[in-house]
Amino acid sequence: MTTEQIYAKLLPIVKTYLPEDVSEKDITPEKDLTGELNINSAHLVDVVLDVEDEFNVEFANADMENLRTMNDAIDIIKQKLNTK
Amino acid sequence: MKLSVKEPLAECLKFQKMKNRVVVTGLGVVAPNGVGVSEFTKAIQSGTSGITFHPKLKELGFSCQIGGVPTISEKKIKEYFTDLQLKNFNSDNILYGVIAGMDALKDSGIQSAGKDEEPLWDLGVIFGSGNSSVEKFRESFNKIDEGKVRRLGSTSVAQTMASSVSAYLGGMIGAGNRVTGNASACATGTEAIVMGYEQIASGKAKHMLCGSSNDGGPYVWGGFDAMRILPHQYNDNPTAASRPLSLDASGFVPGCGAGALLLESLESAQKRGATIYAEILGGSVNSGGQRGEGSMTAPNSIAVQRCISESLKEAGVEASEIDYINGHLTATVKDPLEIQNWSQALGRKGADFPYINSLKGMTGHCLAASGSIEAVSTILQLQQGFVFPNINCETIHPEIEKLVASERISKKLKKATIETAIKASFGFGDVNACVIFKRKK
Repeated sequence: MTTEQIYAKLLPIVKTYLPEDVSEKDITPEKDLTGELNINSAHLVDVVLDVEDEFNVEFANADMENLRTMNDAIDIIKQKLNTK
Repeated sequence: MKLSVKEPLAECLKFQKMKNRVVVTGLGVVAPNGVGVSEFTKAIQSGTSGITFHPKLKELGFSCQIGGVPTISEKKIKEYFTDLQLKNFNSDNILYGVIAGMDALKDSGIQSAGKDEEPLWDLGVIFGSGNSSVEKFRESFNKIDEGKVRRLGSTSVAQTMASSVSAYLGGMIGAGNRVTGNASACATGTEAIVMGYEQIASGKAKHMLCGSSNDGGPYVWGGFDAMRILPHQYNDNPTAASRPLSLDASGFVPGCGAGALLLESLESAQKRGATIYAEILGGSVNSGGQRGEGSMTAPNSIAVQRCISESLKEAGVEASEIDYINGHLTATVKDPLEIQNWSQALGRKGADFPYINSLKGMTGHCLAASGSIEAVSTILQLQQGFVFPNINCETIHPEIEKLVASERISKKLKKATIETAIKASFGFGDVNACVIFKRKK
């Protein structure tokens, strides 16, 4: 799967968790999900569960700690898909 | 420092003087026979039952296969919750509580705090439940038992914690005063009102959103079915099943829902020019300690009578002033005992007994939600000058008829001026709560 393909699948997942005053247009690959896009940090675990369902992968605890941006998510997903 | 004996008395008088008057300026209700104040008002005036047959209960082998469940459309749910809040949402308890609570706030005309504003320091929430979100618990337990604890995500705690409803409401409103959930079984709703009243009377808050909610269905009602205190003879005729005060009362019909009252200091309500439904004169909460005839499931009559007398004292009202009683009256064999307790505590009987009715004939017993839903019905009768009909009470229980003249147990909608109303709720654990409302002129 290419970065673009992963990004396209990731976007609707992240969008679900945006607060009401943040628009989908504000999402960029390098923005911090909680710090800049203001996603409630408690929802990061829900983002991960949705990603796992979408890509059929499983995140380890260490992966969770490294997850800050969309780019981080893409890297982790790529790595998981490659080791499958 | 030397203290004179006069000082405590002076302090006490100072407190009495300082006690703020408390009024009701908003109502919200999610009842089996009506969602929203106007639909609910029509239902209680026309004696409409909200009790229906539930195939799921039959499938599961319940003796009692009927219950009272509010009808709420998907469209209505979306008016109160965002898509994000509804993601992995599985709690009727929170759904009912939020709709009733937000309706009461809106009715009062008080605005929620803006997202970037300070919390409303003078507004608190006391919203209790009998249990919290059994369906969400079940979903979580199943995942845990499958070894998938991490699949619970972030929503399990917020929906299953005992304070979930007050926490949801507190966040939606931006409440900055006390935000908590009380629990005293079937006395919860009335207790929440008394607690909110005390918070405002003592000057600690100006606005308190008070109420209670309970979810329904097999996982809440199963324990009661097992206790054999629910009627099993009416599965084919659900609307006739709940028969408070009657000779053939055969057990309480389980229900669910929520009720909410926005309590406010009189001073604040007048300053805002708010519509005042009623004044709360006072209330009392106590327990029979499961001593004497009291037990986990049976009331100690001495405590019940004390609770009623104490609330009169607290409200500064004579027993002779009570025009109307909104009873707890669940339609079990204990109804005559409750009437005996009212009669003893108020020192009134026969034609001198106040009007009395029980909403449970129409809604069933909404458990922790009953006190607040019934308080809403009490206030509507007070404000609009009517007494709703006691349905399914063709033959009044003879023990009750000995103490209350039959015209005081109206089977039809009756126009009546009620100046002072009393509402009590009694719960498992031998706990009691009682509150007194005064008509606003």
